Amino acid sequence: MHPTVQCDKRKVSHVSAADTTQATGTGVPAQRATEEPGHVPVKSSPGGTRRGARKYKKGALLPYLLILPAIIAVAAVYAYPLVKTVIMSFQDMGRRELWTGQDPPWVGFEQFTNILGDSEFWMVTARTVLFMTVCVVITMAAGLLIALLMQRVSTWIRLALTAALVAAWSLPLLVATSIFRWLADSDYGLINTLIAKVVGEDFLGHNWFLDPWQGFAIISALVIWGALPFVVITLYAALTQVPKDLEEAAQLDGANAFGVYRFVTWPVIKPVFVMVTTLSVIWDFNCFGQIWLLRGSKPEPEYETLGLYSFSKAFESTSFSQGTAIALITVLLLSGVAVYYLRQLIKTGEVE
Amino acid sequence: MSASASTPVAKSDAAGVRGDAGPQQVLRPDRKKTRLGYNIIGLVVTVIMAFPVYWLVISALRPNHEIRSYDQTLWPSSITFDNFKRAVNQPNFDTAIQSSLIVAIAAVVGGMVIATLAALAIGRFNFFGRKALLMVLILVQLLPPTAMLIPIYAQLNTMGGLNEYWGLIVVYLVSTLPFAVVMIRGFVVNIPVELEESAMVDGCTRMGAFRRVVFPLLAPGLAAASIFALVNAWNEYLFAYVLMNDNDKYTLNVWLMTFTTERGTDFGALMAGSTLIALPVVVFFMIVQKKMAAGLTSGAVKG
Repeated sequence: MHPTVQCDKRKVSHVSAADTTQATGTGVPAQRATEEPGHVPVKSSPGGTRRGARKYKKGALLPYLLILPAIIAVAAVYAYPLVKTVIMSFQDMGRRELWTGQDPPWVGFEQFTNILGDSEFWMVTARTVLFMTVCVVITMAAGLLIALLMQRVSTWIRLALTAALVAAWSLPLLVATSIFRWLADSDYGLINTLIAKVVGEDFLGHNWFLDPWQGFAIISALVIWGALPFVVITLYAALTQVPKDLEEAAQLDGANAFGVYRFVTWPVIKPVFVMVTTLSVIWDFNCFGQIWLLRGSKPEPEYETLGLYSFSKAFESTSFSQGTAIALITVLLLSGVAVYYLRQLIKTGEVE
Repeated sequence: MSASASTPVAKSDAAGVRGDAGPQQVLRPDRKKTRLGYNIIGLVVTVIMAFPVYWLVISALRPNHEIRSYDQTLWPSSITFDNFKRAVNQPNFDTAIQSSLIVAIAAVVGGMVIATLAALAIGRFNFFGRKALLMVLILVQLLPPTAMLIPIYAQLNTMGGLNEYWGLIVVYLVSTLPFAVVMIRGFVVNIPVELEESAMVDGCTRMGAFRRVVFPLLAPGLAAASIFALVNAWNEYLFAYVLMNDNDKYTLNVWLMTFTTERGTDFGALMAGSTLIALPVVVFFMIVQKKMAAGLTSGAVKG
């Protein structure tokens, strides 16, 4: 759900959590993807991918009546705003037009030429891409390693780890952000206390957010911590689908642990891994809440990523058209990734 | 992160040992030793993941003079509920609960009705545009929030929906649709059509067959989907913050922001308030987590 789009699952979590929502969407492919015949010889029942149900006859009116409310709702809250975003990007809508209800003047491509000619925009874009890359790489690497680790630890450790993951997953984004703000507090934060014990009293009162690099380190830690539960649990579910006898056979044939992983485990979990990575790219690129809330709802310009940049142009500078134009550029930048994600879904038979 | 970064080393060590070990007898003690190493790393990861949650609860329970201290300790010297008292006495706590409940419940009820209808259509009928609808539902979830927020704000402004519950309800309702439709469809697909058909042969109308046969089987799926939707509406803050202007219409998440003023943040009360807000979510989440796992595996088994 978009209001809770976050860097994590709630996205996972918001949503938020958040991030939790998307987990349902992708938890399913996680399970089914591994059944893809191309990867593992799964004995599939002679029904194939069309799961069981015989369909009613084609061309009836009833299904259209059933989906009508959903279509109207999605059109009102997703499609219409998207069209409106496009229209507003070619106008000049400011505070006056918003309150008087006058039709804003058309300005053609002016908003876009202004934005693309602004060096700040390119700074923000570079920052967003860098932030997204760092978060996704660390999240996916750590997530895969923890998922592999979960297979190798004793049962009670696995249970403890799962409980910790689910607890971290279920925390509302705002609560998680508050905890990290408290941990990194310059006066009484635990991080400063612990570091001061090592490097000396001078470190107390250190403000993590004065230097954007340090600030983004805290933000990334929050984003990665929030995203890990979804990634680990999904990848672990995929790992349990790897046939044990295949691994044993590879071991008997002389493969070492890395060889087993490379030639037996990886091919099975790859579709799920690719899917989760793609989602992480999109979520982390759209990351909004963590930065916004850690900076007390008023992020400094050095902390703006594309989402925040668009938000502050619209609501702080009340140039709504600039805001929508930036949002539109973001959508275009991400559309390639989204199409790739969709193709993966179709390939694994999710959109059947 | 350092803990997990060290895993590849441990793993490849183990790899060498296990791979080179020729005879089977040698393999066992080695395996035990590496298991211990994995367990230690696993424990470290568990502590890292759980620590922020622990810190939330412990900060909410410790006395305020320990919160405002340059020497933070990992254990509280004593436990107090003062922070909770201050959080509950913070202005607008009751109206925030009320707003959150009104908005979340209305959105979820409406969302589930619409999502069930659409899921039935997608799961039971083979109509033109079915795939396209699914794709649209998946794609809209990937849109950046600000791309929606600005036009929705402008539109609600002209319709007089700003600062009204219904504006927020509509937004939340629709945003629950994509995943609710996909999720409920998963349950619909797993109910054999033959059950419905035999009910109709026995004299049920299509509506009757749905009410007596399909709906009871669908109920667990609906419960899981609604809890997920509820949790998400409960956790949302961005739209609530932008679309609502009055203090007494703030939802709980926006209310949480009032603990930060120009004079600083009352972290004790903030942690206590956060605990109160997170508690129902964590409990609900644990419930659904189980249901989800059951739903997913039953789906997988039936192939």
